[in-house]
Amino acid sequence: MYIKKEVVAMLLAGGQGSRLYALTKDMAKPAVPFGGKYRLIDFPLSNCTNSGIDTVGVLTQYQPLVLNDYIGNGQPWDLDKMNGGVHVLPPYESNSGASWYEGTANAIYQNISFIERYDPEYVVVLGGDHIYKMDYAKMVDYHKKMKADLTIAVIDVPRSEATRMGIMICDEEMRVRDFEEKPAEPKSTLASMGIYVFTWSKLRKYLIENEQANTGSKDFGKDIIPAMLANGERLFAYTFEGYWKDVGTLDSLWDANMDLLAPAMPLDLYDKDWRIYSRHNNRPPQYIGETAEIENAMITEGSVINGRVDFSVIFGGVTIEEGAVVRYSIVMPGSVIKKGAVVEYAIVGEDCVIGENAHIGASPEVYHEMNREWSIAVTGHRITVSAGQAVLPKQILSESI
Amino acid sequence: MGTKQNVLGLVFASIHDEAVYDLTKLRTMGSVPFGGRYRLIDFPLSNFVNSGLAQVGVITKRNYGSLLEHLGSGREWDLARKKGGLHLLPPYSHTSSNMYHGRLDALGNVWSFVEHSSAEYVILADCDIVTNIDLRPAIEAHIESGADITAVYAKGYYDQLTGAAATIFGIGGDGFVNDVMIDPPMTGSCNLGLDMYIMSKDFLRRIVKESMSRNRTSLRKDILLDRGASYRILAYEHTGYYSRIDSLASYFAANLDLLDTEKRTALFTKNAPIFTKTQDNAPVRFGQESHIKNSLIADGCVIEGKVENCVLFRGVRIGKGSVVRDSVITQDTVIGARCSIRNVITDKNVAIADERQLTGSAGYPLFIGKGAQI
Repeated sequence: MYIKKEVVAMLLAGGQGSRLYALTKDMAKPAVPFGGKYRLIDFPLSNCTNSGIDTVGVLTQYQPLVLNDYIGNGQPWDLDKMNGGVHVLPPYESNSGASWYEGTANAIYQNISFIERYDPEYVVVLGGDHIYKMDYAKMVDYHKKMKADLTIAVIDVPRSEATRMGIMICDEEMRVRDFEEKPAEPKSTLASMGIYVFTWSKLRKYLIENEQANTGSKDFGKDIIPAMLANGERLFAYTFEGYWKDVGTLDSLWDANMDLLAPAMPLDLYDKDWRIYSRHNNRPPQYIGETAEIENAMITEGSVINGRVDFSVIFGGVTIEEGAVVRYSIVMPGSVIKKGAVVEYAIVGEDCVIGENAHIGASPEVYHEMNREWSIAVTGHRITVSAGQAVLPKQILSESI
Repeated sequence: MGTKQNVLGLVFASIHDEAVYDLTKLRTMGSVPFGGRYRLIDFPLSNFVNSGLAQVGVITKRNYGSLLEHLGSGREWDLARKKGGLHLLPPYSHTSSNMYHGRLDALGNVWSFVEHSSAEYVILADCDIVTNIDLRPAIEAHIESGADITAVYAKGYYDQLTGAAATIFGIGGDGFVNDVMIDPPMTGSCNLGLDMYIMSKDFLRRIVKESMSRNRTSLRKDILLDRGASYRILAYEHTGYYSRIDSLASYFAANLDLLDTEKRTALFTKNAPIFTKTQDNAPVRFGQESHIKNSLIADGCVIEGKVENCVLFRGVRIGKGSVVRDSVITQDTVIGARCSIRNVITDKNVAIADERQLTGSAGYPLFIGKGAQI
C-alpha cells in the first residue's frame, strides 16, 4: 500500500550533456561535479527536500553508473523514506518490448505506473542541469491559486539571451498565450527554466495522447506544451527571481563556478535554512601548507594545498604541490597538480594528474592580443598530462598526453 | 582477518571527563570536538568499525546530550544495523544499573547487554587516545597467546609533573606484563598503556562478578595493579602515531599536531577513514585579502583575514584584517575584523567582536568557554 502524495517530482537525468564533451564521456550530466563538493543533481534534489517534496523519480538513461552510485538510497538528501523517497528509474523491458526513453515526455510516459502508485494531484518536472535555489512549494501554491493545468517557471532574461531560449508570451495575468523556441525576434524576455508543475490528471491525458500520436519527438517543449496551448488549457508562467544558471556547456559550467567567487554572489551556499546537500567521502579537513598562497578561492575537504590558488574552485581530495599555480580554474575531485604546473582558465576533470611544469590554458588577454580565438581549456576525467606538456585554450583533452 | 562478528567493542565515553574539565563541563569526553570536524569518540568508534567489529556499546555517565545527538542511530559509522550495530548505554538504562565509578562497576551496570551479545570477545577503549589502529592483529595475538587480558600499549614519554592517570607496564621477554604502575613518581621513556583491553567474555564476566561482590570498581587499580600477578596479561604494542588528551595543554598540542603532515597522514588514511557525523557545510570560502599558512580548515568556514598554524573547525568566520595564529578555533566561532588572536582555544559558538586582542601562552592556551561573547 502506498500513501497518497499531493506532489511527486520527476527529475529528467537521462541526457547525455554532449556539449560538456569530455566531462560527460563516462557520466551523465547531472553527475558532473560543481561548486567544490556538489554534483549538479544536488541542486534539484536539495530543492525538493527543502520544499517538502519527498517523493522523487530520477529518470536515468545515459551512463548511469556514477549517478546511480551517487544517489544510492537518497539518505544525503533526506530522501530515504518509508513511503516515497528517491527512486532511480532507468528504461526497462515490458511484455510489449523494451525501449529507451525517446524524449522527455516519453520518459515520464513510461513511468506513469510509478507516479500512479502515489495518486498525486500534481507532478513537478525538473531538469538536472541548472544551478539555483527554488522553493517548489511556492510554485505549486501559485499553480493551485491560478487553477492552472500547467505552470511553467520563467525568468526574465536580457533580450540578447532570449534568442537562445524557450520564450513564453503571456498576458497581464501571466497566462501563457504563445511559446517560441529560440526566436530570432523575441516577443518577450520571459524564458522557460524547464521547471513545470502539471495537474497530474491533465499531464497523464496528454502523455497518452502524445504517445499514440507518435510524433517522433515525444518532448515537453515540442509536443506537450504546444498541444495544451492549442486546446486552450490553462497555462501560467511563474516568475522566479534569483540566481539561475544553465550549466549545459563547458563555458557556462566554468562561468557558474566562477560566479561562486563573486563578492556579492546571489546564491548563498552558507544559508543553514536552505542547505545544498551532497554525498560525503569522510575526508579530513583541508590542509593549507607553509608555501601556499590562497586568495579568493573555494576549497573543500581532503585537499592539500602547497601551491598558489587564485580565483579558483578546488574540489575534495585535490593536491596542489609547491610552486604550482592555479588561477581562474576549476579542479575536480582527486586531481593532482604537480610542482611548477600552471593551470589557468581551465577545467581539470576528476582524478587527473597534471605533470610537473605542464601548462593548461592561457589568459584571454594574451590570446586577444594575438588575435586568436580564445576559450577555456579542459581535461576530461582520469587524464594524465605529462610533465612539460601544454593544453591550449579551446582544447578539450579526452585522452592522456 | 575480515569481519570480527564475534567481538564486541565497548567505548567508555565519560571516563576521562575530569582531564579536560573546561571542555567537558557541558559534554562527555567522547563529545569533545577535535581535529576540525571530529569528536573524540569518532576515533575509537572508527577503529572498531575499521577493524571489522559489527557490535559496539557506548557507556556514558552524565552530560551525554551532545553525545547522543552526535551518534544518533550510528549510521555515519555504518553501525545502524539490524544485527549488532550501535547501542547507547547510559546509567540507569537497565533495572539494576546505577551511577558508576570505575570501568568494572560500569560494566556490571551494563552486563546484561554484554551477556546477551553474541560476542565471544570484548574490546574496551576510552576516548582520550587519538589514534588510528587496526585491532585485528591484537585480537589474533590475544587468541593465539591464550592470555587472560591483552593490553594495548605504546612506547612513550611519561612526565610525573604533567602526565595524568597513566598506566605504565613492565614487560618481560615473553611479551607478557610483569609489572604495573599507575602514576609512578618518575620521568622518562616507558611503556604507556592506551587503556585498550581485549578479554574473552567469559573472563570479563568472572572479574566483573567477583569485583562487584567485593565492591571493587576499578579495572586498573583492582585488577591490573592489585591482581595483575594472578593473570596472564599480554602486552600488544601499537607503533603508529597517537596522542593522549589528559589536559587542556595536551588537547591544544594534539590538535596542532595535525599540522604535521606525517602525523596527519598517519591518522587520516584512505583505507581506514575516521568517520563522523556530516553537517552538509559548503566548501571553505577564502576572501580576497585572506592569507593562510600551515592550517587545517574544515568546511563551512569563511575566511577574510590572516590565519597561521591553526585548526579551524566547521563554520568558523574570520573577519577582514584579523590575524589568528597558533590557535584552535572550534565550531561556529565568529571572529570579527582587525582582531589579534594567539594561543587561544575557543569552544563552540564563541563570538569575538572587532578589534579584540586575545593572547595565551604556548604551553598554557587561553580557553574561551562555549557561547562566550567578547
